Amino acid sequence: MTAPGNGPEVPAEGGLVAELQQMTAEELAEHEAEVAEVVAPEREIAVDVGETLLEIQDLTMRFGGLTALDSVSFGIRRGDILGLIGPNGAGKTTCFNAMTGVYRPTSGKVLLEGKPLGKLAKHNITRRGIARTFQNIRLFGEMTALENVVVGTDARHRTSVMGALIRSPRHHKEERSAIERAMALLDFVGIADRAADKARNLPYGYQRRLEIARALATEPKLLCLDEPAAGFNPIEKEQLMGLIRKIRDDGYTVLLIEHDMKLVMGVTDRIVVLEFGKKIAEGVPAEIRDNPAVVAAYLGVPDDDLA
Amino acid sequence: MTTTDTRAGQRRSLSEWWNNLNRPTQWAVMIPIVLLIYALPWLNPPILTTEPGYDFPIAMFEVARYALIAIGLNIVVGQAGLLDLGYVGFFAVGAYVAALFTSPDSSLAKLPFLAVIPIAMAITMVFGVILGTPTLRLRGDYLAIVTLGFGEIVRLLADNIEPLRGNQGFQQVGHPPGTNADGSALFNNTDGKPWYVLTVTVIIVVLLLVGNLERSRVGRAWVAIRDDEDAAAIMGVQTFKFKVWAFVIGAAIGGLSGALYAGQLAFVNNQKFDVVTSMLFLAAVILGGSGNKVGVLLGAFVVAYVPLRFLGIAEYKFLIFGFALIILMIFRPQGLLGARQRLLTYGRQAYQRLLGKGEQISHDASVSSDRNGGVK
Repeated sequence: MTAPGNGPEVPAEGGLVAELQQMTAEELAEHEAEVAEVVAPEREIAVDVGETLLEIQDLTMRFGGLTALDSVSFGIRRGDILGLIGPNGAGKTTCFNAMTGVYRPTSGKVLLEGKPLGKLAKHNITRRGIARTFQNIRLFGEMTALENVVVGTDARHRTSVMGALIRSPRHHKEERSAIERAMALLDFVGIADRAADKARNLPYGYQRRLEIARALATEPKLLCLDEPAAGFNPIEKEQLMGLIRKIRDDGYTVLLIEHDMKLVMGVTDRIVVLEFGKKIAEGVPAEIRDNPAVVAAYLGVPDDDLA
Repeated sequence: MTTTDTRAGQRRSLSEWWNNLNRPTQWAVMIPIVLLIYALPWLNPPILTTEPGYDFPIAMFEVARYALIAIGLNIVVGQAGLLDLGYVGFFAVGAYVAALFTSPDSSLAKLPFLAVIPIAMAITMVFGVILGTPTLRLRGDYLAIVTLGFGEIVRLLADNIEPLRGNQGFQQVGHPPGTNADGSALFNNTDGKPWYVLTVTVIIVVLLLVGNLERSRVGRAWVAIRDDEDAAAIMGVQTFKFKVWAFVIGAAIGGLSGALYAGQLAFVNNQKFDVVTSMLFLAAVILGGSGNKVGVLLGAFVVAYVPLRFLGIAEYKFLIFGFALIILMIFRPQGLLGARQRLLTYGRQAYQRLLGKGEQISHDASVSSDRNGGVK
């Protein structure tokens, strides 16, 4: 503690990150299991695994004359990874925004655990249990990675301003557990070594992972990932698929918007396809792959077939 | 390496050196500095002194008063990122409350000065809610314009409401108790020393409390709102509630400094609360570095001290500060010291455990990490 290291890159005396680098494969697996346990949500979810967790009913979203979503309906079962795909401008992100309270749907309903989200404010939707990441990364750039994740955990905290001012016992308890959980989450998504760096200085791939960790910190019932693999190379995509599976195995339900067909086919349990704001197909990956409407939407239809 | 790089590197290693010190050592460094600050009016150092032009202890009180204002405004502007151009309004409310309850010119009941201070803070907090609740749905420039209007409204009310006595003002505003050896009041308007000691003590208490807020979900909510309000809301931050709190807490500190100002001057009228004063407050925050507590103290020192030290140029102070700000915005848009905050109560232990090194603080990247980012 007394020796000021030459630079931030060399940890002065070990720490968890240095320990991790020296672990054997077995120790590493054990450590990962421990981390996964801390990360796992302790939420009471009203529906059983396999039943519908989130239901979207006739969701319509109009902006002036433009209909971005046209009575789209689908459901997500608890424990599933659902892929939401479609060409550019199909309405995928609009669907996310309507679900998470960024937009107010023109008509239609979103039900979480059978209860409508209605006109809840954005932060209340998060507290009800939907967390998301953003297509264009939106981290709190001036905070460290660890602080970013702790902001996510704050969604579940109840310390009042007065409590924080005088440092009430609840404040201390929440601060301690928040850091515990945030450190485990950074470890879980694999970026613990940069916990102390400002978010804006992190490499691109780390930023994408940090967004996932921050969203998981809010203890969601449903995690929505908006193109998490955008700009990734094949190796990074492979790692991301592993992470998404790991998240599902840890007890989360995942809704995934993605362009990369290989990734979507490889990781999802079911797929919903949108085109021009309408749902054109839904099913398991193999069905979607062979669905002529989907193929046409992605590859276009030959001119002579149009007649 | 350019000179900026070297300087940034030095600053960084200084802060890193500080963060790697253990707590007792930090105290051992801090306590003598604080004692030195307390002793300034008595020491009256030859280079620093403003005499014979201006009484030095009173000049130091002015500096301390600006420092307190800058800390309060920094919560609103620096932490929560809400541009408030009417902060002088809160300052005025505090000063008028102190005058109304202590001056013989007012028809209200007379109360002891120290009892009036919490009342002044409470009333300014109410004003904070009144201003904040309808306006904090606005953002950026729109919010700035509304707050500018608020500052003007308060001033015009002071001008035009009969019981507030306009230009005539209130004489003999109260002061804290205590007498000198010869029986005269300890807190009077010719001796700045007791006022200075009182204000510095208030500043230390306020800094500690604000520090508590900063290292809690409240401070994190403010910085999250400043960085990306929509993302903050989607991460579960009650953005509106915490914005109003930022306003209210900033207002309370403004009211506190207003009451102290009224007490020291022993006179309040409508002349000291114009928009230009508000701009001067804001200049202190921006100049020093909004979002950096040490920075805003430095900014307050510059803004309050320089015109008193160099009375010859005091007339041109707005011109000079204007130029200084323009130059600063070109070369160091983040202010003399960039934004910097500790947001975790147990951050020190956490980073220690994770990385085996001292506490990290998030600070403005332009201080150095962007330039050195590649190396990391």
